[in-house]
Amino acid sequence: MIIAMLLLPLAAGILAFIIRSDPARRALLLWTACLHFLLTGLLIADSATGGLMLSFLSGALSGPRAAPEAVWFAYDALGLLFIGITSLLFLGAAHYAVRYLALEKRDPGEDADDGSIFNNAPEAVFTGCLLLFLAAMTAVTASRHMGLLWASVEATTLLSAPLIYFHRSKRSLEATWKYLLICSVGIALALMGNLFLGAAGLKAGAGLDLAGLLSNSGVLDKPLLKAAFLFLFVGYGTKMGLSPFHTWLPDAHSEAPAVVSALLSGALLNCAFLGILRVNAVCASAGLADFTGGILILFGLFSILTAALFMLGQRDYKRLLAYSSIEHMGILALGIGLGGGAVFGAILGALSHSLTKAGLFFTSGIVVAAEKTKRISDVRGLWRRAPRTAALWLAGFFLITGMPPSGIFLAKFIILKEAVALKHYWLAGAYLLFLAVLFAGMAGVFISMTFGEHEAKPGEKPFDEPAGMLGPAAVFFACVILAGLFIPGWLNGLLTAAAQNISGKL
Amino acid sequence: MHTFAELIIVFVILLDLALAVTGSLSSCIRLVAMQGVVAGLLPLLAGSGAPHTRAVIFAVVIVILKGAVFPRLLMRARDKSGARKDVEPLISYPASILLCLGAFIASSWLGSRLPLPQANVAWIVPASLSTIFTGFLLITTRSKAITQVLGYLVIENGIYIFGLALFVEQPLMVELAILLDVFVAVFVMGIAIFHISREFDHIDTAELSELSDWRRGEYGK
Repeated sequence: MIIAMLLLPLAAGILAFIIRSDPARRALLLWTACLHFLLTGLLIADSATGGLMLSFLSGALSGPRAAPEAVWFAYDALGLLFIGITSLLFLGAAHYAVRYLALEKRDPGEDADDGSIFNNAPEAVFTGCLLLFLAAMTAVTASRHMGLLWASVEATTLLSAPLIYFHRSKRSLEATWKYLLICSVGIALALMGNLFLGAAGLKAGAGLDLAGLLSNSGVLDKPLLKAAFLFLFVGYGTKMGLSPFHTWLPDAHSEAPAVVSALLSGALLNCAFLGILRVNAVCASAGLADFTGGILILFGLFSILTAALFMLGQRDYKRLLAYSSIEHMGILALGIGLGGGAVFGAILGALSHSLTKAGLFFTSGIVVAAEKTKRISDVRGLWRRAPRTAALWLAGFFLITGMPPSGIFLAKFIILKEAVALKHYWLAGAYLLFLAVLFAGMAGVFISMTFGEHEAKPGEKPFDEPAGMLGPAAVFFACVILAGLFIPGWLNGLLTAAAQNISGKL
Repeated sequence: MHTFAELIIVFVILLDLALAVTGSLSSCIRLVAMQGVVAGLLPLLAGSGAPHTRAVIFAVVIVILKGAVFPRLLMRARDKSGARKDVEPLISYPASILLCLGAFIASSWLGSRLPLPQANVAWIVPASLSTIFTGFLLITTRSKAITQVLGYLVIENGIYIFGLALFVEQPLMVELAILLDVFVAVFVMGIAIFHISREFDHIDTAELSELSDWRRGEYGK
């Protein structure tokens, strides 16, 4: 089952490089996304029903319960949750990309800033890398071995770099280079971390697979384990966009096509976070939760602060969204660091943030198509020009800043409650203050873009909103609102089990 | 046997110092390749008795990749980019070598302080740490995109030697996956360098500075 999930996008990705016809390749992208989502859904349903469904289908398949012995790929609740998010996002992204690619083919558009006509990368390369990227992310979420996890995370970097460079311009090239180099070097540090982790378990013979590390966590060498956590934190933290290692993130997110930004922000950052969560679980079960918690809280809070400062006076709305991602990664790290009930809040936040941010990036792509600019000050009165897009844009703003009812509100509230319950009053105060600054910074931008007086540029044609590109964002927003009102039993079970995985229970 | 392995370690350190002072791009590429090959041969010499087949296969893969494939890819990138033939450091060569020596002293101190399992090859931990530092030095103080890729490879060499020092034995599949990643990284970076040279007419990364939050106001005017 898992092998099928890995091989499906892999094979489709290779096929995409070979297929000549554009419509066929787009159909392949869509069908692969659907099938991948179906398989993921099947796995989640299987785990929710206690493995009845799949064992009925085939006796040999047992999914997460094969965990005790060292296996390369298996899903626990945490991995299952993250692949669920990834697969859902990819399905939305595939729908969006099909329309987007058709649109780009007809009219590649011109560079918003220097007016040169885009010379796009070949569509085959784009689609192929998109599918291979999905395969790599599937491997990240399924890896039960820290070495394999590392290799998969590095693979996601390398496969997504060509995606950022879809619009061939100087700026996207600069973003791609920074992304490649900063993330590769960062992840090289995580490799050091893996070596320390291996050395910590050398006497106990724990190896590097998660099951072995967790079951031997009591006898791991503590100082080496701490060193391992630090290196892995810096390494995967670079990829995840925690401040001060975030420098590649705003560039890459603002220069990539909207659909890629959505996947980077919604799916890729989570995958990197998973790397930190895995080693956090090992440390927690070895009794180092205070040590790791302190580091996570510190960098989490610093990320929120950085995001708040850089959002004020931001001139580019895609960069604004990128900084909002840094903020949310900070909130996740903070939640995990606090521990206890906040862990549940953090992973609920991860789920809601992914959906909301992907929806916002999708919408931002339509705004770029309508206004041909990424500058905030050049977009005014969006609701006159593209009313449905404007409605989504505003809805996304309310959701991402945590207006109730939304999953993000719930997540932020749970984390705040836990901070107060643990008597971290200063922490709670700073957290609230930063969130208020963030809200103020974003509110001005979104409101002026949506309302305000639209100045018609000479030769401006009426904009025809592509319904197919609006759909995924609308569905994602609806899901987030629903998650704020009512969390279904199976999702609650999955989130709770994932929270237990993070706390180091098998 | 061990004395031979120790000679190799000394050689690795000397290569670090050479990298810090070499001004020619092509000899830098050759030095990095040599370091990769030497590091790849190290496990065969450090162990006692006849090496396993697994170790031999892996060493052969490393020697082919780092000794032949990477230098060829990078040389091609250098030729196609039509860049100047020197590395254009941002700091002077004496400063580079002083930094490198300082890093070596710091690594020796750190190596004696770290609670690591006793290595049977002397100086292996300091050598690996100072190699990693040399890699960072190449990335930060050299302005060309190719030297940044070289720095990345030197860091990778250092981490590989560090792994040997810690006796962390990863399964063959994982080691190969890591190597594959490094290969694809060099490949993708090589393509990126080609595109950079075509778009910008140079591969000077110090001038890749259009994207930032502070100078946003000017562009597009």
